[in-house]
Amino acid sequence: MTEHNTGQDAGQDAGQQVETTAIRSLTTQSIEAARDAGRTALIGYLPAGFPTVEDSIEAAVALGNNGADVIEIGIPYSDPVMDGPVIQAATSQVLADGFRIDAVFDIIRAVTQRTDAAVVVMTYWNIVDRMGVETFARRLAEAGGAGIVTPDLVPEEAGAWFEASDRYGLDRIFLTAPSSTDERVKLITESSRGFVYGVSVMGVTGARSEVSTAAENVVARAHAAGAPRVAVGLGISKPEHIREIGAYADGAIVGTALVVALRDGGPAAVGTLTAELATGAVKNSRGDA
Amino acid sequence: MIEHTGSYQNQPGPYFGPYGGRWMPESLIAALEEVDRTFTEARDDPEFTAELQDLFTNYVNRPSLLTEVPRFAQDSPGVRIFLKREDLNHTGSHKINNVIGQALLARRMGKTRLIAETGAGQHGVATATAAALFGLECTVYMGEVDTQRQALNVARMEMLGATVIPVTTGARTLKDAINEALRDWVASVDTTHYLLGTVTGPAPFPAMVRYFHSVIGEEAREQILAQVGRLPDAVCACVGGGSNAIGLFHAFLDDSGVELYGLEAGGKGISTGEHAASINLGRTGVLHGARTYLMQDEDGQTIDSHSISAGLDYPAVGPEHAWLNDTGRATYEPVDDAECMDAFQRLCRTEGIVPAIESAHALAGALRLAQRWADEGVVSASTAAGEEKIIVINLSGRGDKDVATAAKYFGMLPDAATPEGGDAEAVAARPEGAQN
Repeated sequence: MTEHNTGQDAGQDAGQQVETTAIRSLTTQSIEAARDAGRTALIGYLPAGFPTVEDSIEAAVALGNNGADVIEIGIPYSDPVMDGPVIQAATSQVLADGFRIDAVFDIIRAVTQRTDAAVVVMTYWNIVDRMGVETFARRLAEAGGAGIVTPDLVPEEAGAWFEASDRYGLDRIFLTAPSSTDERVKLITESSRGFVYGVSVMGVTGARSEVSTAAENVVARAHAAGAPRVAVGLGISKPEHIREIGAYADGAIVGTALVVALRDGGPAAVGTLTAELATGAVKNSRGDA
Repeated sequence: MIEHTGSYQNQPGPYFGPYGGRWMPESLIAALEEVDRTFTEARDDPEFTAELQDLFTNYVNRPSLLTEVPRFAQDSPGVRIFLKREDLNHTGSHKINNVIGQALLARRMGKTRLIAETGAGQHGVATATAAALFGLECTVYMGEVDTQRQALNVARMEMLGATVIPVTTGARTLKDAINEALRDWVASVDTTHYLLGTVTGPAPFPAMVRYFHSVIGEEAREQILAQVGRLPDAVCACVGGGSNAIGLFHAFLDDSGVELYGLEAGGKGISTGEHAASINLGRTGVLHGARTYLMQDEDGQTIDSHSISAGLDYPAVGPEHAWLNDTGRATYEPVDDAECMDAFQRLCRTEGIVPAIESAHALAGALRLAQRWADEGVVSASTAAGEEKIIVINLSGRGDKDVATAAKYFGMLPDAATPEGGDAEAVAARPEGAQN
C-alpha cells in the first residue's frame, strides 16, 4: 500500500519523538500544565463563525476562561463526514451565511490574545489543501494557533503537512480509532505532536449518554505505543464522563454538548457549561490517574 | 501535461499519477485494508473468478450485445457507430457488474449488510438486487432531490427489500448521499460493506471498481474485432464519477490508435456555473477519499453540481480519469443538457432504444466527434465502404427511470400532471422549440 512518508522527526522511537524535537508545542504545554495542576486536560470544540464570527470568538474566550486547556476551532466544511447532526447543522448554517476561511485566522488571533488556552484548528484536509499547506501553516502560526486536528488525514498522506508543521512549529494531532491496528497506532503515535486524539467509539461526533468502554483500550494502546499524551473524544458531554476518562487519559474532548449550549444559550452558556465540565477534570489527588 | 510512458492498463492504485490515495477517517482505514486484502486475494482465486463469471453469464446477461446503429448514424456519413449494450444487463445498467463483484467480496468478508449511495438510482437498484440475491440487509442513501426525480427507482429498491434513506443535507444530491453513507459506515463497519458505486473514493475502490467493470471494454474490444475486423477509432462514454467510462476505456488504454472520449455533464452550459464538468472546470483537491479534480470554490468548499441526469450530478471524478486527462490519453468534453436531450431523442426515434440520460451524453459526444471528422474532411459521403471511421459508445443504461424527466423536458405531459418522479427543473431547462 502507500509509502509511509512521515517527515524527519516521525520515524524515531515511540515516545521519543515529541520531546526530542526542538519545537515548542503549545498544546503539550497546556496539557502538561493541567497534569501538573492535578487535572485532566479539558479540550473544547466550537465551530468557527457559529452563530456569528463575533459570537464564536466570545464563546471560545468563555471556553478558555472557564477551564478549557485547549480550544479546538472547527472550520466549517461542505462535506464533513466525521460530524454528527448537531455540528453539521451548525457548520452548514455558517457556510450558508457566507463564512470565508480568512475569518478563521482572525478568530484564532482574537482568542489567543484573550485566553491562555492553546488554540488548535480542526479541519478537513481539502480546506488546507486549497489554500496550500505552506500558506495555511504560516497563517495559522502567525495568528498564534498551536496546530491542526485532521479528521480525514492519515499519516500516509501527510508528507507535506509533516514538513510544514515542523517549519512553523505546529502540532499535528492525528486520530486513532478502536479499529486501528497496533501497527497503525504506532504510526499515528509517532506522527503526532501535542497529543493523540483517541476516538472513543466507531461513529461520528455527537453527545452520548455513556462513554464507550472502547475508549480505555484506545488510550492504553496509544500509551503503550509511546504516546505521551492521549485525549479522548466523541460522545463526551458531562463532568462524570471527564472524571471517568481522567482515570486513564490525559485529556477529554467535548464538542457537541458545547455547540448545543452555544446554539441554545449563546457564549454565556458555553462559559457556564465549561465551568461545570471543569469540575469533572479535577482529580481527587494529584496524579491519581 | 504529465509525461507518461509505458502501459496505462492496470495501474494498481492507490495513486494514479498525483491522484487517488486514501483521505479518510482513521476509523475506516482498517476496513479499507480489509477490502483491499480481500479483493486482492479473490482476484487471484479461481473459485471466486469462476463464481463471478457464472453470475455474469447466468444472472447479469453477459456478454452484452454490441449493436450497430446505422439510422442513428445516418447524418454522420463515413462513420459507423456501435453501442455497447450495458442497458440490456439485469437491472438495466452497467452498475450490476461492480455490484455483483463487491457483493461477493462482502460475503467473503462475512459482512451481513450492504450500504450504498445512489444518484439516479441505478447503483441503488443494483445494490438492492445483489443484497436480495445474497440475503444481505441493504440501506441505500439517496439525496432527497434525487428521490423525487427518481421516485420509480426508490419504489423499485424498496420492492427489493432495501431501505432508502432520503438525505436532506447539502444540495440533497449524490455528493450528500455519499457523505451520509460514509457516516453510516464509520459506525457500522464491523457488519457492513460500503458498496461504493463508482471509480472514486479511497483506495482500493477506484482500482477495484475498474476491475469489475473492465469486462465492458474487454467484450467490446473482442466484439468489434469480430464484427468489423479492426479496433475502433474512438470510444465514447459519459463521465460522472466515471465507472462505465473506465470500464470501457480499460481494454483500449494501451491501443494508442483508439481515441478515448469522456463526456461530462455540461448542465445548463459550463459558462452558467450550473454543470458537473469537474475535469473541464474543476480544480485539484480532496473529496470523498481521493485526490482528484473537483468543483470547489476558492476556500475549498465543494460547489453544488447540476445536471439533468441525477447520475452525473456529482462535483468530482474518479482519480484515474484525472490522470488520463493530464497525460492526454483520454479527452474529456462537456455536453450540456440540451445537446444531451437531442441525442436522447434521436436514439429513441431512429433505433427504438430509450437510453439513460447519462448515456445520452456519450451519444451526443459521439455525434459531435463525427461532425468534427466531417468538418476536418476526415470522412464524407464518399468515404468508401470499409474505410469508415468507427465509434463505440457505451450505452451504460436504459432510460426507463428517466421517462418522467424526459417526458417533461419534451413537454409530453399535460401541464397539470406532476407525477412523482417528474423534474420541475427539466421543464425549466427545456429550450424554446424543443420538439415533441
